[in-house]
Amino acid sequence: MSILINQDTTFIIQGITGREAVNLTRECLDYGSKIVGGVTPGRKGREVHGVPVFDTVEQVVEHNGGVIPDGSVVTVPPAGTRDAVFEALHAGIKTIVIVTERIPRRDVAMMVELADAKGARIIGPNCLGVIVPGVAKMGGIGGPARNAAVAYQPGAVGVMSRSGGMTTEISSTLTAAGLGVSTAVSIGGDAIIGSTYAELMPYFEADEQTQAIVIYTEPGGRMEAQLAQWVKEHDSRLPIIAFMAGKFMDDEEMQGMSFGHAGTIVEGKEDSATEKIARLEAAGIPVVQRIDEIPDLVKAKLAERSPA
Amino acid sequence: MRKDGIFIAVEVDDQVAADTELARKLTEACPVDIFAQSADGSLEIVEKNLDECVLCRLCLDAAAAAGADGAVKIVKLYDGDAVLA
Amino acid sequence: MRFFEYEAREVVKRAGIPVTDYGFTTDAAEARTIAERIGGPTVIKSQVLTGGRMKAGGVKFADTPEEAEAHARDILALEINGHMPRGVLVDPKAEVEQEYYAGVVWDGTAKRPLMLFSDMGGIDIEQVAEEHPDHVGRGHFSTIEPFSDFQAKQVIAAAGVTGRALQRATPVLARLAQLFLDNDMTLAEINPLAELKDGSFVALDAHMEMENEGMPRQKNLIEALGIGAEEGTREDHTPTAFEEAVKAIDAADHRGVIQGKDTGFNGNIGLVIGAGGGSLTLTDAVRQQGGKPANYSEIGGNPSVAKACGLAKQVLQKDGVEKIAVMMSIVSNTRVDIVARGVIKACLELGRDPGETIAIFRIPGAWEEEGFKILDKYGIEYCDRSVSLWEAAGRAVAKIEGAS
Repeated sequence: MSILINQDTTFIIQGITGREAVNLTRECLDYGSKIVGGVTPGRKGREVHGVPVFDTVEQVVEHNGGVIPDGSVVTVPPAGTRDAVFEALHAGIKTIVIVTERIPRRDVAMMVELADAKGARIIGPNCLGVIVPGVAKMGGIGGPARNAAVAYQPGAVGVMSRSGGMTTEISSTLTAAGLGVSTAVSIGGDAIIGSTYAELMPYFEADEQTQAIVIYTEPGGRMEAQLAQWVKEHDSRLPIIAFMAGKFMDDEEMQGMSFGHAGTIVEGKEDSATEKIARLEAAGIPVVQRIDEIPDLVKAKLAERSPA
Repeated sequence: MRKDGIFIAVEVDDQVAADTELARKLTEACPVDIFAQSADGSLEIVEKNLDECVLCRLCLDAAAAAGADGAVKIVKLYDGDAVLA
Repeated sequence: MRFFEYEAREVVKRAGIPVTDYGFTTDAAEARTIAERIGGPTVIKSQVLTGGRMKAGGVKFADTPEEAEAHARDILALEINGHMPRGVLVDPKAEVEQEYYAGVVWDGTAKRPLMLFSDMGGIDIEQVAEEHPDHVGRGHFSTIEPFSDFQAKQVIAAAGVTGRALQRATPVLARLAQLFLDNDMTLAEINPLAELKDGSFVALDAHMEMENEGMPRQKNLIEALGIGAEEGTREDHTPTAFEEAVKAIDAADHRGVIQGKDTGFNGNIGLVIGAGGGSLTLTDAVRQQGGKPANYSEIGGNPSVAKACGLAKQVLQKDGVEKIAVMMSIVSNTRVDIVARGVIKACLELGRDPGETIAIFRIPGAWEEEGFKILDKYGIEYCDRSVSLWEAAGRAVAKIEGAS
């Protein structure tokens, strides 16, 4: 089992003829994903690694005999992202990965609001997507199929991360320790994202394969506080372990600066690393100092929970 | 002719280098502009771009497609002068 | 991007919210002319992009135009928190009945804009929210559905305001909500929003911040406010020579992305690191193991050899940097061999021995076999993914601190 995508998931790539999108298409196909079409307005009739390109999402649906694809990976420039996502949502697509960075917050809020109204889910923006090890990947996560195979082996741990690269670093550590990964989600580094930790927890909760959760967090925003709240309100079967990067940003001389991702800008005292660590720990979520401490802690937590 | 960077050297048969059509193809093929055409259309190796070589083999393929297989050699100076095949 | 008060007030005015008949000037004599036109007591306010101007003496009251000129002269010469004022605002001293607060911000958890209103204006809203939560009304609004006045009314009513004030304040908050969205703001605040003796409402001060990502499509507004492209995003700090140099290298070549910051860093360990999350993790790991980074940096998006080289050279040329640590979380897009070539080239071009200068190279992932061959040739200590980020950072610290 898995969350968000599985071996049958079909998806399209919007902006498929862009340089990075061409690579991403190759990687996903090699990994076994089912890409049923691509969209770049004005490029109808072309092919990208055998995937037919259309002018509109509607044409893709028509080409596939009226079958609506399950998902879309959106990798168009920031000024056109909102329109592309609206197009996908109006076509009835329910899972949308937005790769694009530097989208104004108003546009992100609009996309998320429309997705909510249409019962769809957005992952990102500014993310690398979702991977179910050995099954499928939707987005650039893990890179070329052969690299992804090294870092991601199937297993028991669900991974959620605000950093795309750190999703792979953490998953690779879990894989090397023999724990493996159930589904890994690069949730995105922006101030507003489609799916937060707390919003994805019910999916992992319902996934039998997942036995524990590891999250990568950063300063900025309130989504760690939201997760802490969720944990307090739900009697989850899943132990959660967190890693917090960017503690140096709490130093006085770093105030008001953002590092790494746009979402790391600290807009209130609740957003700081220190404050977040305190909140997570108060909710029973241990925050490790080092990535390489994660596997042992996961094993210990699994041992605690399994009926001896 | 041959030119050496720090990590990569490029060697092209002199006869092939004078072929303006192949020079054009190599110039088009290389994604990091290691090849260029001089005023008379013959091939030039752009020294400052040598180390940007991404080992993509597109120049080798272009040479082979033009019937000049082996006329272009990419040498990895960091790997005992191994030739990219 | 931040705005001066005189610009923020102009934004408010354009949105149809009443403001006082103020004037902005950079000249003391002109301040007098404005005060004469206003014809009554005035307030002279320093225009700086920093808080605490009241305490610093940047706001003064004048009864006559002569006094206005004298105050303007003083304030124009007064530095506040390291900022010289852009100019002064000459504002009629209003007959205020009551001060309110109206603001709009983003709520990242709800993923919607949030209106805030309070009948306790003139002070910091966070303080009011903490001490008098019943005096603060809040309400989210849609980014898709048209805004309707009742939404603003609910928020104002929730702050305990009723009667004529509720009626008069409603269009102000409604327009503020609309301008927040229309202008890609991340903060739009009127504080104080004043109810005058005659019952009318005017904005006495305004604070606006625009999202940098929204600036390209807000060109018209930015131009209309007379803000030149050279002002950039008006970041809080002036970029250092290192930051400027890295930015220029990044801009000169579209392949890959590099960033470098050294504001607040003054150690001896040069960091050539990536990507975003990896850089945050590695900077912490170096510091927590007793190392002192000379800088922060990010490498991502598969940069060219020249770009990686450029970043490494800038780091190596910083005062006190003898060695660099080249480390990244596992890469899948960026190539190990290309970064290896870049950092080695930087050493060679500066006449330094790469094996001595690069304390550690820990970049696992795409094209690592090829990268490791290059590193072998130059005698550089490197490691693969079996060595954690923490351990790699620790090795770099031991080497550099041990050497000095």
